Amino acid sequence: MDQAIAMEPSSDFTGTARGKVGMWLFLVSDSLTFGGLLCAYGALRMGSTDWPVPSHVLDVPLTAFNTFVLVCSSLTMVKGLSAIRHGDIKGLQKFLLFTALGGITFLSIQAYEYHHLLFVEGLRLRNSLFCATFFSLTSFHGAHVFAGVIYLLITYWRSTKGDFSASNNHRVEVAGLYWHFVDLVWILVFTFVYLL
Amino acid sequence: MEQAHIEPNYMKIFWWLLALTIVEVAVVYAHLPKWSTVIALVLMALAKAFLVAWNFMHLRFEKPALLLMVGFPLLLLVDLLLGLMPDIAHRIF
Repeated sequence: MDQAIAMEPSSDFTGTARGKVGMWLFLVSDSLTFGGLLCAYGALRMGSTDWPVPSHVLDVPLTAFNTFVLVCSSLTMVKGLSAIRHGDIKGLQKFLLFTALGGITFLSIQAYEYHHLLFVEGLRLRNSLFCATFFSLTSFHGAHVFAGVIYLLITYWRSTKGDFSASNNHRVEVAGLYWHFVDLVWILVFTFVYLL
Repeated sequence: MEQAHIEPNYMKIFWWLLALTIVEVAVVYAHLPKWSTVIALVLMALAKAFLVAWNFMHLRFEKPALLLMVGFPLLLLVDLLLGLMPDIAHRIF
């Protein structure tokens, strides 16, 4: 790649590459959205007298496995970044695909969970505050995972075009930031919605 | 221009995240007193979130300006929580 692309311009204020600053700003605003949803969930739950025990309604072991899948995909993402920083393009591609596969596995299990809750248990958003908050929070997060899988596949596609190298991998790191954020949010959602 | 990239021990972070997840699930099924469960789960969740942000998202290697940029708006969340406290607290106390 030519030198102009390899050199990422830095933001004057933070002394950090602009793409990274941009992604962090997006993640901060996104975490406020998730924070708003979680706070609403907390306030509604504390104000209710008939909140069900989540583990009686939801499949905690299955979701714990799903959490494990997402944490594994975070690991493969950093392994991919580590590979390209050592100039290993094949390693980057392999780990990007593993990471995307982790995301797809997560979404498949979530689809199975939704199918069970919607069509076997007959739960709907309007049934109760528990259902409303559960479906809003988990579907909002699921949409993030879905977007993340597309983001990862585009990053993979760019890697096959020779966009990344040992000295030019900034966009891989930025994609990783988004993916780890999705994992981080899930850690909180899993604890507050499924375990507490 | 090109800085050396020091890597955290990713595997170690991964095992910590895994171990904390297992302990979390175990705490739920151990049927401890309500408030010890809540406190333990919240602390472990925050610890896991911190581990991901600090190591996987490389916050530990970022410049102070970026840490400020990311950290300061999150104080708004604390503000939001404090604002909701009257609604939450009347059920606790």
